[in-house]
Amino acid sequence: MLSFALKRLLVAIPTMFIIIAMAFFLMRLAPGSPFDSERAMSPEIRQLVMQHYGLDKPLTVQFFEYLKGLFVFDLGPSLIYKNQNVSDIIGNGFPVSITIGLLALSLAIFIGVPLGLIAALNQNKIQDYSVMAVAMAGICIPTFVTGPLLALFFGVKLGWLPTAGLDLGEMTFETLLLPVVTLALPQIAIISRLVRSSTIEVLSSNFIRTARAKGLPDSIVLVKHALRASLLPLVSYLGPACAGLITGSVVIENVFQLPGIGRNFVTSALQRDYPVVMAVVILYASLIIILNLIADIIYGMLDPKVTYE
Amino acid sequence: MSMIATPKENAQLLEKSAVLGRSLWDDALARLMKNKAAVISMYVLGALVILALFGPLVWVHKYDEIFDDMVLVGPSLKNMFIFGGDPQGRDLFIRLLYGLRVSLAVGIVATFVSLTIGVLWGATAGYIGGKVDQIMMRIVDILYALPFIFFVIILMVVFGRNIILIFVAIGAVEWLTMARIVRGQTLSLRKKEFIEAAQAAGLSTFQIITRHIVPNLLGPVVVYVTLTIPAVILTESFLSFLGLGVQEPLTSLGNLISNGAREMEIAPWLLFFPAITMMITLFCLNFIGDGLRDAIDPKDR
Repeated sequence: MLSFALKRLLVAIPTMFIIIAMAFFLMRLAPGSPFDSERAMSPEIRQLVMQHYGLDKPLTVQFFEYLKGLFVFDLGPSLIYKNQNVSDIIGNGFPVSITIGLLALSLAIFIGVPLGLIAALNQNKIQDYSVMAVAMAGICIPTFVTGPLLALFFGVKLGWLPTAGLDLGEMTFETLLLPVVTLALPQIAIISRLVRSSTIEVLSSNFIRTARAKGLPDSIVLVKHALRASLLPLVSYLGPACAGLITGSVVIENVFQLPGIGRNFVTSALQRDYPVVMAVVILYASLIIILNLIADIIYGMLDPKVTYE
Repeated sequence: MSMIATPKENAQLLEKSAVLGRSLWDDALARLMKNKAAVISMYVLGALVILALFGPLVWVHKYDEIFDDMVLVGPSLKNMFIFGGDPQGRDLFIRLLYGLRVSLAVGIVATFVSLTIGVLWGATAGYIGGKVDQIMMRIVDILYALPFIFFVIILMVVFGRNIILIFVAIGAVEWLTMARIVRGQTLSLRKKEFIEAAQAAGLSTFQIITRHIVPNLLGPVVVYVTLTIPAVILTESFLSFLGLGVQEPLTSLGNLISNGAREMEIAPWLLFFPAITMMITLFCLNFIGDGLRDAIDPKDR
């Protein structure tokens, strides 16, 4: 298994390289520069500024210098926010994003799995239909609809929860509740559907029939035999779920005005703040790759059929 | 009449049984028609499409027409603003129709792009097999790991918010799963006798892929396409929501929702109507897709 993990890590290196190269050259091909929005600079000053940041050198040279910096975790300075390093910007935003993401993922699992099990155990009954209807709603209604609606209802009409504003204070239960719930809703829907269909499949398989034939009570059949097999697809869904949460967090951070890196990303891309954009892409790509790897390893530990050659 | 059928009678019998026999597709259609949610969704979606296509031709306002006295006025019959007016004093109803048009167009065109790339890629990898297959699917694996939405955002920023580019960019993102499904199917198809027959007849690889493999992939591909359309519409709305989609005065559902969310405290109808329209559209597409999957691939039920 160790060699499997190492092999996967080796594949991850060229993947990361491709990602970095794509992001780097795409950004630089863009018309416009980070210094466009400021008051018109005289050509001499502009030249000096470009020189200061090394932007006057040929692109390939810049690329390799950037790579060299990456090896020592030097992400460079922000081109827009003076006196701020990219590492600071990421360091400020990432805790917010990761907190919301992890909370949403846990919420999605803790609600989605039981819902899926309930639906599967009552197939074609009212419980099944209601869970599936809710799941369909969760899949169809995008976060940028549920977010504002929840904010409107609980924040503005009822006045129970703040609609926005981690900007103002610390992360508290009240400020986090709406963003986390909004972010978790589509994942709850997907997970409950996933668990439902895999549980139905597992319950109709031979080894479950054997367990029942031995005279085991239903609860033991479910917990000891069925659950492990039926939760396997959930493990392999963790990678895509993470990608979904990251995409969602961009919306959530905009809707609820949270100072995470998802919101930074869009503004930075618009302002051509190259280093910030690059850093966010690299961070998220490595997150997804690592999570996929972890998911694969857990999958192998749970499923006796998988062998790492 | 003698007991032994003449050749003519035989032919008639055959013809009769051919008429009576039901193909796989008839079966699937019958199953689909029994699925109430899917049938209702088809009617609703059909109505929405007709409304989006022909509504703007007959409606009393234009989508960029400005009425100074209708700024943020709620739904009323005054000036026929049945869904109210937006902050610029434009008719929300007609803007909604245009938004629906754009969203549906993006859904169809981008899905077509993803369909073309995905089917050709998957069929080629699956049919040729071996090293080529390994390399092609490895590329798909690598692309899967990319935080694609970020690349779409970068693309939109880099090349400006061009509607054609939106189509292509989203389509180019969504083809990966399609390629995987198609490859799996092709792997099982390529050992079949009719492919061997085609090879024996001397057809080129390209001809075999386009004429014999691709038509036989129809079932799973149709199902996946109907589920890709809502995904694509969501992606476009997501971009529009961030202000990176289609540009004013043209609009899309995502744009309208994002504008509505900004005004929701004083003019909730600006959020309500676009959100409801989007939800209905996505519901319909998902129900039809689920219905099709159950109809074509009954083992999943």
